[in-house]
Amino acid sequence: MSNWEVVIGLEIHAQLATRSKIFSGSPTAYGAPPNTQADLVDLAYPGVLPVLNGEALRMAVKFGLAINARIAPRSIFARKNYFYPDLPKGYQISQYEQPVVGKGAITVLLDDGTVKSIGVTRAHLEEDAGKSLHEGLANASGIDLNRAGTPLLEIVSEPDMRSAKEAVAYMKKIHTLVRYLEICDGNMQEGSFRCDANVSVRQRGAAKFGTRAEIKNLNSFRFVEKAIHYEVARQIEVIESGGQVVQETRLYDSDKNETRSMRSKEEANDYRYFPDPDLLPLEIEESLIASVRATLPELPDEKASRFARDFALSAYDAGVLSASREMGSYFEAVVAALVTALGQPHAKLAANWVMGELSGLLNRDNLEISQSRISAEALAGLLKRIVDATISGKIAKEVFESMWSDGKSADVIIEERGLEQITDAGAIERVIDEVMAANPKQLADYRSGKDKLFGFFVGQVMKATGGKANPAQLNDLLKTKLAGGQPVSFNA
Amino acid sequence: MLHDLSIGELADRLAARELSSVELTRHFLARIERLNPGLNAVITVTAEEALAAAARADARLAAGERGALLGIPIIHKDIFCTDGVRTSCGSRMLDNFIAPYDATVVAKLKAAGVVMLGKANMDEFAMGSSNETSFYGPVRNPWDRTKVPGGSSGGSAAASAARLAPFSTGTDTGGSIRQPAALTGITGIKPTYGRVSRYGMIAFASSLDQAGVLAQSAADAATALKVIAGFDPKDSTSVDAQVPDYPALLNVPLKGLKIGLLREFFEGLEPRNAKLIRDALAVFTSLGAETLEVSLPHLPMSVPTYYVVAPAECSSNLSRFDGVRYGYRCEGPKDLTDLYERSRGEGFGAEVKRRIMTGTYVLSAGYFDAYYLKAQRVRRLITDDFRAAFDKVDLLAGPTTPTPAFAIGAKIDDPVTMYLNDIYTIGANLAGLPGVSAPCGFVDGLPLGLQLIGPHFAEAKLLGAVHQFQLATDWHTHRPRGYE
Amino acid sequence: MSLTRQDVEKIAHLARLSITDREMPVYVSSLSSIVEVVNELSRVDTANVEPMAHPLVGQRQRLRPDVVTESDHHEKYQRNAPQVQAGLYLVPRVIE
Repeated sequence: MSNWEVVIGLEIHAQLATRSKIFSGSPTAYGAPPNTQADLVDLAYPGVLPVLNGEALRMAVKFGLAINARIAPRSIFARKNYFYPDLPKGYQISQYEQPVVGKGAITVLLDDGTVKSIGVTRAHLEEDAGKSLHEGLANASGIDLNRAGTPLLEIVSEPDMRSAKEAVAYMKKIHTLVRYLEICDGNMQEGSFRCDANVSVRQRGAAKFGTRAEIKNLNSFRFVEKAIHYEVARQIEVIESGGQVVQETRLYDSDKNETRSMRSKEEANDYRYFPDPDLLPLEIEESLIASVRATLPELPDEKASRFARDFALSAYDAGVLSASREMGSYFEAVVAALVTALGQPHAKLAANWVMGELSGLLNRDNLEISQSRISAEALAGLLKRIVDATISGKIAKEVFESMWSDGKSADVIIEERGLEQITDAGAIERVIDEVMAANPKQLADYRSGKDKLFGFFVGQVMKATGGKANPAQLNDLLKTKLAGGQPVSFNA
Repeated sequence: MLHDLSIGELADRLAARELSSVELTRHFLARIERLNPGLNAVITVTAEEALAAAARADARLAAGERGALLGIPIIHKDIFCTDGVRTSCGSRMLDNFIAPYDATVVAKLKAAGVVMLGKANMDEFAMGSSNETSFYGPVRNPWDRTKVPGGSSGGSAAASAARLAPFSTGTDTGGSIRQPAALTGITGIKPTYGRVSRYGMIAFASSLDQAGVLAQSAADAATALKVIAGFDPKDSTSVDAQVPDYPALLNVPLKGLKIGLLREFFEGLEPRNAKLIRDALAVFTSLGAETLEVSLPHLPMSVPTYYVVAPAECSSNLSRFDGVRYGYRCEGPKDLTDLYERSRGEGFGAEVKRRIMTGTYVLSAGYFDAYYLKAQRVRRLITDDFRAAFDKVDLLAGPTTPTPAFAIGAKIDDPVTMYLNDIYTIGANLAGLPGVSAPCGFVDGLPLGLQLIGPHFAEAKLLGAVHQFQLATDWHTHRPRGYE
Repeated sequence: MSLTRQDVEKIAHLARLSITDREMPVYVSSLSSIVEVVNELSRVDTANVEPMAHPLVGQRQRLRPDVVTESDHHEKYQRNAPQVQAGLYLVPRVIE
């Protein structure tokens, strides 16, 4: 049992999904040719001035309400002064004192089923910087300012996390939340959702926190976990060999799976924060907060609770199904179609298929659930045929794959390929008889005690019936016949 | 002579088609060619563009359009971005900078039909009170070319005083319109903070800067202010309030107008200067105004306050000048730090560097509370003092400067002595108040200015009071010798 | 309270300004005089006084609608650039 305790805080930068930038009217769309989406304000030309995008403010307020945080009635923008080529003004407009969003909290469901509340210290608005590119430029770096001025919501957690797993759970929850709220597309490859981790270690029971290192720009859940593991091990090694952890910024190298000290940006930067005189104090009125509150969707936790309650699903299943609004809607649509067709929700069946088969194919083909090749109604159509025993669960999986690639409905595929289950007991019995006759040695071995051979007989019958024997009936009939008995026949 | 006429008179003649804008423009361009070399007031002359603009104005006039500034020439302080025309801000840093857009002030005047003759010299990045810090060399006062015209709008002031244009634009952060107007014998107005858009006006100190005009009279200033004032959605600090019809409000009766005389302004004033100011005030009282003594106890702190706030803001505003996207870049930078340090070290002059460093210092860790926050608290006390005074009086009056124009080179080596020139003007910037300077006499042949300060948005009252003064006196009609 | 040469070097670096050895004493002395002037502020009693960042009381930040109003003018803007390649502003290599 380790006597080291890990303390982690995360700073997440979420790019807000506004059409235009936070302080200028330039477009925010990703992927444009260099500097074609940078206007005079973004380029920090002499004489230009910032004007705040109201939608960025509304999105920040929306986030604050979703984490039950206090929305500041009065909020101030401040200048964070430092020199870097991707920061054209030589300062970033950010917030220091009086951020838009105050203290809040979110709950995460950990792998072991426990629920933990993780505090959010604050969330504030700021502008994103541009990008430095190095490829193909000899001895130079090229600056693209398309991204400069994109609105960011910086979400700062309390140092409440005590393991990499907790950190990832928190990050995933925030990721889900911002997508639910439609304030951020969460696209980590494109840089819309970035995470810095503050990691420190201390002896268990110590009152003070240890010195922390900041690991920057972790752009996947996996990297966050791996980087934290590496960093914790590194810090423990440093301390145990008599050294001291240096407070510094480090970069995670995913190829080498290590963190490295960043040379250029940091030399104990004195940011000289002061209120930006070009922007007036923000008075956030109750009416604005109320109008934003009215746009809040059912939040992930609420949806998960509702699924668990209304559909008798486990907390885990409810959590997975509510990981995104789209998945939640899809699941509910499947259930609704089943209710219409069968009078019952069959929620567990629907849940299993959405979380299992459907997610498997979505992942394989790199598709979002909104791009699913099988609609919720079509899936319900397949599930109906399992419930009414037209096909077995095993056959259903084959049908499902065909539905995905051919776009046909379950019924059409079942019909075209004659996949209906065999439920005629007489017919199954006849096949069992043939199999028993064809395998006398196995029959004798089974009857002399080798119970495991039951599976062999099941397999042979399934093979002979092309997989279409109803498994439950097959089991019953096979048991009886192998034991030498005569099944009660209901078919005359 | 054409350059003796007021804007109103010129507009009348243009409207009556007795005069064309092209003729008028040629007249002033010729004056610039002849007289500017001795003054160095104008650093970029835009003759071709001016004649083209004049021709466009003539076409508008011929089509029957009328406008108070239609076809009237102007010189813009080189701090205003002018599309397609070099905008240097008096600095080597922007010596090669062609602005790709018009400042809102420039655009509004353009829409009103003015003809831009060129860009006026100024203290580098508006930092100075003598126009001696310009990369393009000092500007000379037309009243005595061994003397400074004041600053930072020294070029605008000298140009207007020498009648190189009927009027010019300027900016005022600590007195940079009022002080040079006083030293060159013309009328200059700094409006209320937020009255005129700052978009396109290269920023020095964002919470203090304001655009205004330097003209021959309050009447002309009123005409110009009406055009440039007004809400601009591109400037978050721009105030959305109706613009009064200033020219129509000039006939403000002075009877009963209460004018406060600031004790702090009269303390230590040289006797001859004091006499001129009191004589000017006597004109106001003869017109029915009353004078009362008032005190703004924190006003003496305005210089230290200003010299924390303004450098702090400018140290940040000038960080964008880094040799990357526009402006001066040093030769052969060996790495990024070298690029920044030498582009800025070579591109900026000494006064600018001094203020950037002062600002960096007062914002830095460990000093922020003692300097920046402290100064912003004192700023509130000063502002409250003004508000209390305006509960008792309508306007405040006093000298604009402690002395008339001083010799070129006399103060440039000691920044602190230079800073004390702003002692009477800075308070209005800290409190965001409007102020006017009008000529009120001569000392040793050099003009002296009377300053009036009003509460927020009192420009009409200020200009009206000065207008009445100018109807009763003729200081504003005097011309420097050689520039008649 | 005077500034030392070290103080000025540190400030100059924070502000990315190169100061030559010859110029340094002049800056040390003039900055020290300026600091002496601003030190006067310590004599003012500002207990319970809120700092004032904006001269206009009661003004609040306007919100602009979330609409794209700007289009691509990079060719015009880059005419002022000291060094551009393939649409990128060039600076000496930045090592991260």
